[in-house]
Amino acid sequence: MKVKYFAWVRERVGMAEETVEPPADVRTVNDLIGWLSSRGEAYAYAFEKPKVIRAAIDQAHVKPDAVISGAREIAFFPPMTGG
Amino acid sequence: MSVTATIRIQEGDFDVAQEIAALTKGRTDIGAVVTFSGICRGSENGEPIAALTLEHYPGMAEAEIARHTDEALSRWPLQGLTVIHRFGRIAPGENIVLVITASPHRQAAFEAAEFLMDYLKTNAPFWKREESEKGTSWVEARDHDDAATARWTKP
Repeated sequence: MKVKYFAWVRERVGMAEETVEPPADVRTVNDLIGWLSSRGEAYAYAFEKPKVIRAAIDQAHVKPDAVISGAREIAFFPPMTGG
Repeated sequence: MSVTATIRIQEGDFDVAQEIAALTKGRTDIGAVVTFSGICRGSENGEPIAALTLEHYPGMAEAEIARHTDEALSRWPLQGLTVIHRFGRIAPGENIVLVITASPHRQAAFEAAEFLMDYLKTNAPFWKREESEKGTSWVEARDHDDAATARWTKP
């Protein structure tokens, strides 16, 4: 699946998007945050406060307990500040 | 008659008068037009700002705004609806966002415009970064914006 990062999450991770293949036991958005955080310091820094991070699956907002199976694109970003 | 919202996410500026005219030209059924323009302020908390840079999530920005224009069209008797949101670097005094609502009477137009702006602030995937003499920093989300959005949720 494709993972996209925006704003300071993107800056901390150090890239705008990547393709990942998490293991089968990574079922939810929260699991994915935990798995990504274990991949290195940059990820751990980006996700150090998981409660602040917002997520979208296939371009629609989701909660941390949303199941990721079948997702084409998952995005992580800080709370939005548009308008 | 079904109403389709006009939604544009663009780097360039927009002309408010032209956008109103596009909604109302040749029509005699519209009684009220409300416009909200969001403009880049030149200072924040007393500190001067050189510019804002808006990052967005292409595709989701359009989709998320469309979900909320659909909801606005189902909740209020609107005859026209336009939402334009800019991205990229925006200098103080320049436009950031435009919402236009048209309806037979003012109340629906006012309420729908306010509803859309509250949702744009908290749900549309845009992020502002401020440039000042001290450097650049991401603008933090505000709790009162979340509270403003929450009041539109049906009980």
